[in-house]
Amino acid sequence: MTERTAGRRLPAAWAEVLGELALTAAAVALALLAGAALLALAGYDVRDAYYNLWDGAFGSVYSVADTLVNAMPLLFAGLAVAFAFRGGLFNIGAEGQLYAGALATAVTAAALAEWPSVPLIAAAMLAGALAGGLWGLVPGALKAKTGAHEVITTIMLNYVAILLTTHLVKQYFKAPGPVDQTALIPAHARLPELIAGTRLTWAVVIGVVLVAAVDWLLRRTSFGFDVVLVGSNPGAAVYAGVPVAARTVWTMAVSGAVAGLAGSTMVLGVLYRFIANFSPGYGFTAVAVALVARARPWGVLPAAVLFGALQAGGLTMQLFARIPADLMTAVQGLVILFVAAPGLLYAWRRLPVAAPRAGTAMTMTAETAAEGAAETAAGPDNETARREAGP
Amino acid sequence: MSEALEAIFHVNTLTSTLRLATPIALAAMAGTLSERVGVINLALEAKLLAGAFAGAYASYVTGSAWLGVGAAVLAGVLIGALLGLFTLRWRANHVVAGIGLNILALGLTTWLLQVIWGSRGTSPVVPDLPGWSIPGLQAVPLLGPLLSGHSPLVYVMLLAGPLLWVWLFKTPGGLRARMIGEHPEAADTVGIPVRRTQFLLLLAAGALAALGGAQLSLGHLSWFSQNMSAGRGYMALAANVFGRWNPLGSMLAALLFAFTDALQMRVQTLPSPPPTELVQMLPYLLTILVVAGAFRKARPPAALGRHYEPGRSGTE
Repeated sequence: MTERTAGRRLPAAWAEVLGELALTAAAVALALLAGAALLALAGYDVRDAYYNLWDGAFGSVYSVADTLVNAMPLLFAGLAVAFAFRGGLFNIGAEGQLYAGALATAVTAAALAEWPSVPLIAAAMLAGALAGGLWGLVPGALKAKTGAHEVITTIMLNYVAILLTTHLVKQYFKAPGPVDQTALIPAHARLPELIAGTRLTWAVVIGVVLVAAVDWLLRRTSFGFDVVLVGSNPGAAVYAGVPVAARTVWTMAVSGAVAGLAGSTMVLGVLYRFIANFSPGYGFTAVAVALVARARPWGVLPAAVLFGALQAGGLTMQLFARIPADLMTAVQGLVILFVAAPGLLYAWRRLPVAAPRAGTAMTMTAETAAEGAAETAAGPDNETARREAGP
Repeated sequence: MSEALEAIFHVNTLTSTLRLATPIALAAMAGTLSERVGVINLALEAKLLAGAFAGAYASYVTGSAWLGVGAAVLAGVLIGALLGLFTLRWRANHVVAGIGLNILALGLTTWLLQVIWGSRGTSPVVPDLPGWSIPGLQAVPLLGPLLSGHSPLVYVMLLAGPLLWVWLFKTPGGLRARMIGEHPEAADTVGIPVRRTQFLLLLAAGALAALGGAQLSLGHLSWFSQNMSAGRGYMALAANVFGRWNPLGSMLAALLFAFTDALQMRVQTLPSPPPTELVQMLPYLLTILVVAGAFRKARPPAALGRHYEPGRSGTE
């Protein structure tokens, strides 16, 4: 850890980002290599498969647009997970939060159909953010009040959200027909196309603005400072008089609101209605996105594009090479594992693993969150005991 | 109302509780074993799913459900080894590694389901485990119908609880294991092989949880279906917390979760059932309530989730 903590600030920061980029590239390459091995074992033509994967992801303007469309829910949900990570919390509940947001958006868009376009879209998105925020607030409050680990509660709330939205649609908002879905939202409630002829909408612009907003929130506001402090060093946060419990609740609420917007943009820009069970697991892929982004808001942008590309390419691979696209889910799991294991990718250089830095390095925030359970039960006095026995 | 009460205490509800509890209980005890040596085991979900798939596939290929159980155990041990490599050796964050393994197992089993059987839903029916009837027990009123005729894995679960409890709390081996979870440095100092013990217990936990997976595809049903574990691994982890990191407690908590699950199935057969989705929420809601309530009193192993590097230098 010596050469990385010493020295001039700016170049060191850039060196860190470059080093992480290299590690991420290596992790993705390794995961795709493992995917190729699986394809070969199953008797598929690996070159044909990966040619289609590339072609479907980046082969033409339309492929790129498709990649970006697939990246949109991952951008919002990934940003949500990354924000919670920075606050030391594992929000595995983006899936449930985006369901809550999607249904609220669809219902609002239908209820306010008389409104003109821009305020209507704004109101529908606000409803989505509120619903997602409420769904995120619950595990935050449970954690703050009882110490219930948010990993378990958010995962359970995912199932509850999927079942509850299905029930609500069936019972109150169902459009005629066999599918459990709402009626189409009015045309003027839909997000306009950004590039004609593609499915790419203004959601991209909203997403980038939101990334900038979250980055600003974390860097430039006292709320963001508290969040990062609680995430990187809860002991110090208590000592500094930060109301840790309240910050935990708010961190989860904000994270849930951002994830709710993932559902809103799906409804307003892609589906044009709420469909029960519509998400193929965006909320879980979002965890991978946040990890690859090292929980940095601006890092979420390329990370979401990467996973959007895997999805768009995977579908092309399924269509033309007749290989089930679910292989890409396995590749995502491998990317998570490789990115999360600093020891593995440093091993070839025989370097000691760098100690994580406060606030920026994923491992640090993740570490504290993982030990949240221990912390609430055993009290802050074993703080030092829980620190790594590093060099 | 009397209909509802009848549903609750019907013997079928209780027997299906036992059947449904087996995967959760076996996984929960696996969670207890790994968390007692300081490793957060979110990969229980992966082990259940991989165990269910490997079990069904081996049974399909060989025609023997018992070989299926063997294959399930192998798959579970493999995932246990991966969790050990990533968390212990390569210092991945425990929660993140667990989530990675779960997504890997979900993607891989769904992919293989299509590659092998050409369906994204379920596998064909495979030979399943026979129901065992215990001689003599059947004649006993009440207990007889409740306890006989289950898949062998149900009895494995019922035996594993007390046996693991004895091992963990009444033998020197169990004491050493618990010491690692509380204070690895101290364990290292008195000569306990920290890394090796942790690794072995992760392998054992993998085998145990995968038996739960085999119960899903070979005991309870006789086929594999996509994402068959459906969050039971996470429920198992909650059961472990509710059971206070105690194998018997884990088992009892799993029985409670399974009871609500059996109940919701039973309630749906009533003449005027309440909305399906609302009833299906019950086990998940109960899990949340239990975790929120249990954390007030319970204390996890002190070194849970920590990275400990045995030896002198601190790095390898």
